[in-house]
Amino acid sequence: MNTLLIIAGKEVRDGLRNRWVVATTLLMAALALTMSFLGAAPTGTVGVGPVEVTIVSLSSLTIFLLPLIALLLSFDAVVGEIDRGTMTLLLSYPVARWQVLLGKFLGHASIIAFATVLGYGAAGVALSMGGTPIDAESWRAFAAMIGSSVLLGAAFTAMGYLASSLVRDRGTAAGIAVAVWLAFVLLYDMGLLGLLVADGGKTLNADVLNWALLANPADAYRLFNLTGFKNVSLFAGTAGLAAHVQVSAPVLLGVLAGWVVAPLALAATLFSRKQI
Amino acid sequence: MTDTLTSDGATIVVEGVSKQYGDAFAVRAVDLTMAPGECVAMVGHNGAGKSSLIKLMLGLTTPTEGRIRVLGGDPASAAASHIRRQVGFLPESVAFHPSMTGRETLDFYAKLKGVARTGNDALFDRVGLEPAAVKRRVGTYSKGMRQRLALAQALLGGPKVLFLDEPTTGLDPALRQSFYEIVRDLRDAGTTVLLCSHALTELEGQADRVVVMSRGRKVADGSLSTLRSLAQLPVRIRLTMPDGSVNELTCANDDKVGMVRRIACDGPEVTDIEIVQPSLDDMYAHFLRREAAE
Repeated sequence: MNTLLIIAGKEVRDGLRNRWVVATTLLMAALALTMSFLGAAPTGTVGVGPVEVTIVSLSSLTIFLLPLIALLLSFDAVVGEIDRGTMTLLLSYPVARWQVLLGKFLGHASIIAFATVLGYGAAGVALSMGGTPIDAESWRAFAAMIGSSVLLGAAFTAMGYLASSLVRDRGTAAGIAVAVWLAFVLLYDMGLLGLLVADGGKTLNADVLNWALLANPADAYRLFNLTGFKNVSLFAGTAGLAAHVQVSAPVLLGVLAGWVVAPLALAATLFSRKQI
Repeated sequence: MTDTLTSDGATIVVEGVSKQYGDAFAVRAVDLTMAPGECVAMVGHNGAGKSSLIKLMLGLTTPTEGRIRVLGGDPASAAASHIRRQVGFLPESVAFHPSMTGRETLDFYAKLKGVARTGNDALFDRVGLEPAAVKRRVGTYSKGMRQRLALAQALLGGPKVLFLDEPTTGLDPALRQSFYEIVRDLRDAGTTVLLCSHALTELEGQADRVVVMSRGRKVADGSLSTLRSLAQLPVRIRLTMPDGSVNELTCANDDKVGMVRRIACDGPEVTDIEIVQPSLDDMYAHFLRREAAE
């Protein structure tokens, strides 16, 4: 059997045993259901609202929550095993280091994917039973939201792995993970906004802004979900922005995928050079 | 599998190997050769470089200088998988994933090594892990049970080379005996066994050869009797007198036969003669003193 699958399978079983999978899935489902039932409150009603409203509120929430879950799940993956001494034994087996890293990543990414698909899928089921007719375009937007959420989770899991392979101490890895979350999720947009205001549109034109948004996976995710589908951007109040965004949806997905591959490749390189 | 061995049949060849972490040497200019069916004991206190040397031989770290061959290949190379399949390792203070059961743990490692899982029950039986314990999570295991599980995983696939780092710490005497019995069986079957330990006295009679390490260097290497004559430690002769008092004489190893003859023929009347050879502990202390004096 494939070494990658053996290691990934062990990681998934670990996740099931220590209740990570259950806790994450329940959290995602609870939030998604809350959003789909109460998310329409701003529009004046309580009840299952249009899918688009749910997509807007859920994707905004995902940007905060999913990176945090992904980083918490992954920051310990390498440094923790080295610390506990399980890595020494594992590496004495006929496995390559990149197989260990990628196998563990696949396990953690599937936990995130499972929790997201099941949790948000529950909201989808609630929406379909709500009685409001939902057209195919809206369902496509909903499915794209779930898919890109999985990708966002994978990107931050990969960054957690990078933090974990970078340092020798679990505490430091945790610190880096928190810093990554703060920087990408909270501070980046604030900083960018501050720059825009201070600059007054002299040097920072739309092109520069587009590139700046692509440099952050959370923003790429936001752009993809809030501007990718016309009826969603109407509800999100980003229709005006959507008209100016020159980055197409496939490019945004490609950027997200790049944010998965690049940190992971870097982590694999660091890990293979590490003296255990 | 003669192709995996070097021409002279050695399973492990370490040539002039040094390992440096920053400015500090963990291992310094060590040469070591081990043959199939040989049980070598490596002794030395904490930080003497025993574990560092094992990590080098496992290919977990690469030497700063020198060359290592395990079963004919470089253990740190990309093609080391087929070497590692034939190597068993029991790490010092072994750790397992606490949420997995004993059986799941061994299954996991068997799959990684590409060994059929059908033999796992026999392995549990061999190391003395009971079926009830096998079903429990490793987190609930006592130190002795963890050590048995650690030995079981090291024995997976019938290794040609076995590294045991402090295997008997925390084991009760009965368990130690069964532990060494397994090691003896393996050695007789042609496995090269490298045993690291602090517990020198229990190594006597187990190891064919003793390697003494100190501050990263190999300071002595040879069979127990070779080391004994090298160390030239005095033999103590303990005489029990008829009145119950005990007299102790010391003499060089070469003189002990003559000494005993003189006592028996010309000496005072004695009820018992006991010859106390210098123990491994004594010799170890001697080699460390010599190393420190140099």
